[in-house]
Amino acid sequence: MTAPRLIVTASPHLKDRDSTPRIMWNVVASLVPVIAVAGFYFGISALLVVAATTLGALGTQRLFGGRDSVGDGSAVITGLLLGLCLPAGMPLWMAALGGVAGIGLGKLVFGGLGQNVFNPALIGRAFLQAAFPVAITTWPAAGQGFWTLRGDTFALPFLQASTDALTEATPLGLLKFEQKLTPLGDLIFGTTGGSLGETGALVILLGGAYLAWRGYLNWRIPVSVMLSTAILATVMHGVDARYPDALFMLFSGGLMLGAVYMATDMVTSPVTNSGRWVFGAGIGVLLVVIRLWGGLPEGVMYAILLMNAMVPFINRLTQPRVFGTHLRVGA
Amino acid sequence: MSLASGFAHGVHPPEAKGLTAQVPIRRMPFPAEIVLPLRQHAGKPARLCVKVGDRVERGDKVGEADGFMSVPIHASAAGTVADVDWWPHPDGSMAMAVRITVDPYAAQIPRPRMVPKWAGLSVEEVVQAVQDAGVVGLGGAAFPTHVKLAPPKEYAVHTLIVNGAECEPYLTSDHRTMAEYPDRVHFGIRVLMQTLGVQKAVIGVERNKPDAIEALRRAIPQDLDITVLPLTVKYPQGAEKMLIHAVTGTEVPSGKLPVSVGVVVQNVGSAAAIAEVFETGLPLIERIVTVTGHGLRRPANLIVPVGTKLRDLLAHCDGMTPDAAEVIVGGPMMGMAQADLDAPVTKGTTGVVVLARHETRGERVYPCIHCGRCLDACPVFLNPSLLGDLARVDRYEEMAEAHLADCMLCGSCSFVCPSNIPLSQLFQVSKAALKRLKAAS
Repeated sequence: MTAPRLIVTASPHLKDRDSTPRIMWNVVASLVPVIAVAGFYFGISALLVVAATTLGALGTQRLFGGRDSVGDGSAVITGLLLGLCLPAGMPLWMAALGGVAGIGLGKLVFGGLGQNVFNPALIGRAFLQAAFPVAITTWPAAGQGFWTLRGDTFALPFLQASTDALTEATPLGLLKFEQKLTPLGDLIFGTTGGSLGETGALVILLGGAYLAWRGYLNWRIPVSVMLSTAILATVMHGVDARYPDALFMLFSGGLMLGAVYMATDMVTSPVTNSGRWVFGAGIGVLLVVIRLWGGLPEGVMYAILLMNAMVPFINRLTQPRVFGTHLRVGA
Repeated sequence: MSLASGFAHGVHPPEAKGLTAQVPIRRMPFPAEIVLPLRQHAGKPARLCVKVGDRVERGDKVGEADGFMSVPIHASAAGTVADVDWWPHPDGSMAMAVRITVDPYAAQIPRPRMVPKWAGLSVEEVVQAVQDAGVVGLGGAAFPTHVKLAPPKEYAVHTLIVNGAECEPYLTSDHRTMAEYPDRVHFGIRVLMQTLGVQKAVIGVERNKPDAIEALRRAIPQDLDITVLPLTVKYPQGAEKMLIHAVTGTEVPSGKLPVSVGVVVQNVGSAAAIAEVFETGLPLIERIVTVTGHGLRRPANLIVPVGTKLRDLLAHCDGMTPDAAEVIVGGPMMGMAQADLDAPVTKGTTGVVVLARHETRGERVYPCIHCGRCLDACPVFLNPSLLGDLARVDRYEEMAEAHLADCMLCGSCSFVCPSNIPLSQLFQVSKAALKRLKAAS
């Protein structure tokens, strides 16, 4: 009998085919159409911004997280998502800096993949919002030629803007500051001003459906975010018709991108299914509150970050009942 | 009985039962040497009762039962005791074992009727006979069967559950037993029911074995209340607590025995073994083993003398393929990988699985991304993600509070973990560490 080299490992000796990198790269793949739509509306600038954030994120991951940690694809997701929640005219150096902050401050300081409390892409965006409040709220108008640069794309760090870009207010900005409602059709098909990822609601939903079907995304989170947003918006619309209705709330701003791609980040969302309902519902409530009564026109980012902070508590309160007991597991 | 015949959670590993599901049981020839560890069952090891140079016939005792929580060990072939020494045990440790050189030309005819006929025996005599015959649970844990036949008096047992789920991938020994020897299974159930004094028995069989379900149903004796219950195909359907839940709809309370909800569970192979012991008068000296896997040339279901070395068993199946990577005793979900193929088949060996390289787990482990898949897999609703985090920083007392004791090491969490974290291995180590901590304090 030939004697093959045998290995000895602990049981179980079989393993499901899914792996962490496979999940991450599938998320990346599902983001490609979203980026393509952003490119369609905002041209080359959109692609450059996404490239800059991704390079910033990957470079930081490689530099401080080690060579091994790049291949799992999680830093790419952070970079792509951050790019998608920035305006197309953002100077590239700012976008790249956002990627650095997202991975550095949002992930690596906590100990790397799996350890972070907050969604790294949103940390990057929050950093940019605080550092460059003007650049991040300068929204180029959609639908100019593909090769038209939408702003100071190649500006050098800390210099004043040199070009005048054609800008447009976002639907939520219009609502908050000018009390104007954007037609629903424009919202769904993305022919409005806004961040890159605010314009492709349908593609985002398709990408989410694909991920949910493959089991790489828990459908409970986007569904609960949208449900709670819709319910609260409908109630408020009923109380006072000046508040926008549910459909406007769902399809405006970064809600779709946030609900489908950011709130569902496995690392920063609850591990229990009941907890996921609570988490999603909390995001919906917070974002409606911020949008209607807060100082900012858009509240998705802060709603998700605030609920990220609540995840340990949600996990603790929603532990499953252990078989054969009526007690709950103490977390 | 509840309509539900499954349980929440669980996993679906690739079954690969097709390799041997339709291969009839055959008898394997006697090997040149057999090795009988004195510890083959849960409880106290047997006490040695032969010495080097002794001649033993097939069925002679080589080890005596050491108290009630123990069973004797019998020679599975006629020959001469060559050695009594430490020998590799399939559980990965070393154990005291009797090595017997098998007579090459012996007729291997056992002494007549070493176990009395069943008819007319009292309950106590049956329990004694089952212990003397060395019968243990053949589902893998090797718990002495006679102990389960004498449950504590304060519990009223109303149902006997016979476990024919065989949820471990690859294994088909119970499947073949049910399909080929349904009468023997029913006779074993008759003995068990009479001894326990129960009126009702349920055989749980996963739906992926329709021929076994059919054969068992056809053979049900007229005078006994036996039901064959098809179960959802899911791992670990055959875990005692999951099976009881599927059959009765009740959960065995955490930390309690099945008898506390009025049921006794026996493996279908054990039922057949009891029947065989009383029919033939021979003690438990051989068992049905599935030898299979994509790394084996000729998978088979074999009647194997207890004590046959894995090396001889694999050679009988034409040996391993060049891409064989791991030899496992038991099923691939809970079995033990073998470092030494001199380890013998014991009474608890349900199967020997040779995995090919591509089936084995990768080595790279990623950090936990808290995807929660392990929570959706755990059949007893633990939080393996949290337990894993605690295990890596040695916080064993907190693990105990998070119900580590309820973990049955089924491996479902490790199977689904996308980060390839060896969760059930961590829990096994933690359980041992917790035991040491308790012993120290």
